Amino acid sequence: MKESKKNLGSAKYGAHHWWHQRVTAVALTFLCIWLIISLTLLTGSSYDAAYNWLKHPLVTGLSILVVVFTIYHLSLGLQVIVEDYIHTEITKVITLMLINFSCLLLGLTCCLSILFVFFGGN
Amino acid sequence: MEKTRPLSPHLSIYRWQISMILSILHRITGVGLGIGTLMISYWFISIASGPKSYSTAQWFFDSILGKILIFGFTLSLVFHLLNGIRHLFWDIGLGFEISTSKKSGWTVVMLTFIFTLIIWLSAYIIKNTYE
Repeated sequence: MKESKKNLGSAKYGAHHWWHQRVTAVALTFLCIWLIISLTLLTGSSYDAAYNWLKHPLVTGLSILVVVFTIYHLSLGLQVIVEDYIHTEITKVITLMLINFSCLLLGLTCCLSILFVFFGGN
Repeated sequence: MEKTRPLSPHLSIYRWQISMILSILHRITGVGLGIGTLMISYWFISIASGPKSYSTAQWFFDSILGKILIFGFTLSLVFHLLNGIRHLFWDIGLGFEISTSKKSGWTVVMLTFIFTLIIWLSAYIIKNTYE
């Protein structure tokens, strides 16, 4: 009994937030190095160069991963900050909802843009 | 209950030290990277929206405000990335000794400036080859 409840905490999924933050952090370590190098190489490039770069399946895949992991990591981080500094329950809940909704919208818009280019839009 | 009960931690009574400053900076750069995420998103969306939008985005990123934002973004990203690696080592139980964490902290600070400089110099050279 004690063994099976190990690491779960009183809410049964207490470590999820912490664990997801670390998993996305590890992934982002590598993804961000890739993104920094790519964007440095594309500094001042033409539209065609940027378009053709993004169109490559590997780049499309990595870009979507960067977007998804970044925005998830961002929402987890902002959540901690809100929980630390906002103590009025209703303000806290509304702020968290706004953060999650904005992050979802931003992530969705980015992924659709990336896929649009991949499928030959424009 | 008395209103004057002691609370912790009171930031104002601590002497400023490297571990504390970097910890606070990790949060501040984290929030700043949210703005950076908006800029990268704008860039991705501009590619999907066509050449006209792309050149508008390029004009913005090339403006003085754009350059200041991207410089802050580069600095924040490199710092958050390096200090994040430091945090991950702590998570697996390594580098907790005070002398080690001070050393790794200063290493992060130095490498942040070095890498930011390398990125901007490379970008400057590459941009000139396009023009």
